[in-house]
Amino acid sequence: MPKRPIPQATPETAEYWDGARRGELRIQRCRSCGKAYFFPRPFCPNCSSKDVEWFTASGKGKLYSYVINHRAAYGFDDITPYVIAVVQLDEGPRMMTNIVGIEATPENLPIDLPVEVTWEKLTDEITIPLFKPQGVA
Amino acid sequence: MSLRMSVAIVGAAETDSVAIQPDKSAIQLHAEAAFNALADAGLTKDDVDGVLCAGQSPVQVAEYLGITPTYVDGTSVGGCSYMLHVRHAAAAIKAGLCSVALITHGESGRSRVGMSGWGRAPQNVGSQFEEVFGVAGPPTRFTVPILRHMHEYGTTHEQLASVAVATRRWAEKNPRAMMRDPITVEDVLNSRMIAYPIHLFECCLVTDGGGALIVVSAERAKDFPKKPVYIMGTGESTEHSMISMMHDFTESRAFKVSGKLAFDEAKIAHKDIDHAMFYDAFAHTPMFALEALGFVGKGESGPFFEEMRTAPGGDFPLNTNGGGLSYTHTGMYGMFAIQESMRQLRGEAAAQLPNVRTSIAHGVGGMFHAAGTLILTNDDAP
Ligand SMILES: [Zn+2]
Repeated sequence: MPKRPIPQATPETAEYWDGARRGELRIQRCRSCGKAYFFPRPFCPNCSSKDVEWFTASGKGKLYSYVINHRAAYGFDDITPYVIAVVQLDEGPRMMTNIVGIEATPENLPIDLPVEVTWEKLTDEITIPLFKPQGVA
Repeated sequence: MSLRMSVAIVGAAETDSVAIQPDKSAIQLHAEAAFNALADAGLTKDDVDGVLCAGQSPVQVAEYLGITPTYVDGTSVGGCSYMLHVRHAAAAIKAGLCSVALITHGESGRSRVGMSGWGRAPQNVGSQFEEVFGVAGPPTRFTVPILRHMHEYGTTHEQLASVAVATRRWAEKNPRAMMRDPITVEDVLNSRMIAYPIHLFECCLVTDGGGALIVVSAERAKDFPKKPVYIMGTGESTEHSMISMMHDFTESRAFKVSGKLAFDEAKIAHKDIDHAMFYDAFAHTPMFALEALGFVGKGESGPFFEEMRTAPGGDFPLNTNGGGLSYTHTGMYGMFAIQESMRQLRGEAAAQLPNVRTSIAHGVGGMFHAAGTLILTNDDAP
């Protein structure tokens, strides 16, 4: 079976990937305008301030939108169909993820479903944040 | 500076075929389209001093055709690149940087002959924050916003399917269209699920082909064999490189900015647009365009399509070639949207409408990543 592509960190994203290895969802916040943001950049995409800090997000959010993919990407054959979703974190930013811990049906996946982060280790370097419905073990 | 009525398109043509052509490379398709457009304008390659293209570099296309240009533009922002090329050619001609601009598209999207490979570098932000979740090309990225639109506005599966049905009705009239069998809403909803909520018939085709345009100043426009088509208004914008970063999944910011620029420049009211081409990569793309360009209010596109107002006989003829859904879709389809606007304005379309004076061609690049808009007219003093 073909392996899924494994990403590599860059200097400005290393803290995110380091946090993921520890099971911490590390994202950034601007000290000037107060907004949290994602994906990682060494400045604020809202106001351009370089006065930004990393923090650990709650890992809780809502299902903003999604598709249920029936044509497997490389390395995803054994879990197809699977949910490619965008979640909105309680802190504000959105990110792409997969929804796991529940059968991939529209009935199970109402828009705005509360979700929480869970982690999948792909390699020694790369662990990725997946989300499951809140309260699902 | 306004570009309104400063340039005209005097040559427009597609490749001989827009179907499946494993015997031709991508750059060969650029060249075939270029020679067809030059012949349409009564010009040779030696008349060309501006070269604009996407996919391939303009360096490669100029070399292949034997042109030494004074102006090149390799803007490659996806399928709407050609709308941007027309806009950039207009600015370049107005500024005196070139006088005859050749815009080419050629893509071996289906057969993949002479195409650069798929895949992204593992350090690309898209690889880090999207590819790792198993996105499998446009059907799993472009489509992610749809359920949000359905949730917020009550847009239904039947309304989405209606886009494919209305578009197919135009394709039935076009002998060059790849998919011409009549379909119903039920057929669309029974076609194979690709990525819920999108079914196979709500996805564009994958084909091989090309198209080209010749742009000159409005002053020279009447010196060519066919009646010129003037550029009334133009727009462009970009929003994101990853669909997950789209600001609001119910509307395209790039569409709104590009569309407003074009309408403001054209000084035309929406009701005075006779014909429209909205890039239809998937069934929802023209819905988002209809709303973002201001033809209907926010969230009102679903009923509009369900009422078949865009189909033959409707009051809003849209994608009259059969669109990316049923005519052809090489990958960067925007060129074919402009070509159909040209045919309608010249009276040469397979499904020709009566009395077309104005047309809008609106393109999307990538997965709502970019947008380009052109408002065109065959009237020399609109
Ligand atoms: Zn800020």
